[in-house]
Amino acid sequence: NLNSQTTAFLLRKRWALYSVTPLYKFSRAHLKAYAKLLSAYIATEKQKGLAVEVGVELDIKVAVSSLPDLKGSDQDETAILVQISLRSQASQKMSEEKLVWSGWFCSVCGDDLSKNVPADFTCLPVFLANGAESYTSIVGSWFQKTFDCCFHRLAISPLNLSWMAAMWTGCKVEENASAIELVFSVPHLPQSLDISYAIHPEDAKALWDTVQKTPGEITQEEVDVFMDCLYSHFHRHFKIHLSATKLVKVSTAIASAHCDGIIKFLQSQYITEVLMLLTELAISQIQ
Amino acid sequence: HLATSLPLPSEGDHLRPRIDLIVFMIDIKNKYSLKNVEASLAHVAASFFLGKVCFLVTGVGRVNYCSVEMSSIWKLGDVYCSPVLYCELELERIRVATAQRLLRMLQICAGHVPGVSALSFSFLLRNS
Repeated sequence: NLNSQTTAFLLRKRWALYSVTPLYKFSRAHLKAYAKLLSAYIATEKQKGLAVEVGVELDIKVAVSSLPDLKGSDQDETAILVQISLRSQASQKMSEEKLVWSGWFCSVCGDDLSKNVPADFTCLPVFLANGAESYTSIVGSWFQKTFDCCFHRLAISPLNLSWMAAMWTGCKVEENASAIELVFSVPHLPQSLDISYAIHPEDAKALWDTVQKTPGEITQEEVDVFMDCLYSHFHRHFKIHLSATKLVKVSTAIASAHCDGIIKFLQSQYITEVLMLLTELAISQIQ
Repeated sequence: HLATSLPLPSEGDHLRPRIDLIVFMIDIKNKYSLKNVEASLAHVAASFFLGKVCFLVTGVGRVNYCSVEMSSIWKLGDVYCSPVLYCELELERIRVATAQRLLRMLQICAGHVPGVSALSFSFLLRNS
């Protein structure tokens, strides 16, 4: 189970999702060395063409560590966390460190990928980043050069978003849970239009409970029936066929996901479950 | 002739020429298009399913925009014994190639190609 320090850092942040191919000759023993190398790389990259404020020296500090709690099974590789902090040493004696960027690699029940891969490779197919895009691309290119891997943005299709809506609606939540919100983008209009459909979480869960036949198992048919019920309810009131639009965002009390590949964890006890789904999506993108 | 759904309005019945081929278009980005096709299929006479119906799936180029599961479309093809073709409407080359294929199919279904029947051709398409 996840300790509260790990979860506090994960929750309520917008994480951009990437799929990562297996890393070649990555060693858990050399994390400190990797941190130094990455730090030097960032410093040189940042100096290329960036205007630096005169008088304020910004020291870049990189920390690479393990997150032992974030895994599904013993076959999963331990998650790796990379953090970039800026240390400003202006006039004060005490230098302040400010965390500006975090990124972590993980694998939860990623056996489908790891069982087919030779021994020198480390499988951590999911990468989540929070912070400036410029740091993400610098860190990404360092990892790609050093470990011969490939990062790809992990977009989430409307089909997969509906799975998330159904799965997360079914999770038990406490009183005063936030509403289930589905956002749809209407195509082919001169001005883009977004439709937001909010459903009371208890009503949504009651609907899901009538649809799901076996607890713990979800089929595509059940997801389709669940979504069709929501669509026909909307159509009855507004005469709009939501099924002709594109589902772009799903928000529940557990987590929220956007089709551009952005995730937000909202409850600590379901983090592993959400990561399991993301691992599956990342693996299918890699293969 | 293009229609957004079936049945066709009865007013034009006497003016309409014989229908030799029905192509049902399903946009993989649009779940409603699948539902519409499923509802329209119910209005088609059984004799059409002997090689005079095919499904054309568009939008397959972008996996991340999928709102329809490919397996439900394959199932449709199986249940209605009709071939499933794919087309990426945005690329002109593919559009032209698909149009040529459909034209060829239409020629066979209308009986203009001696020695090849609509039924045998659709059997070939489905099993290749």
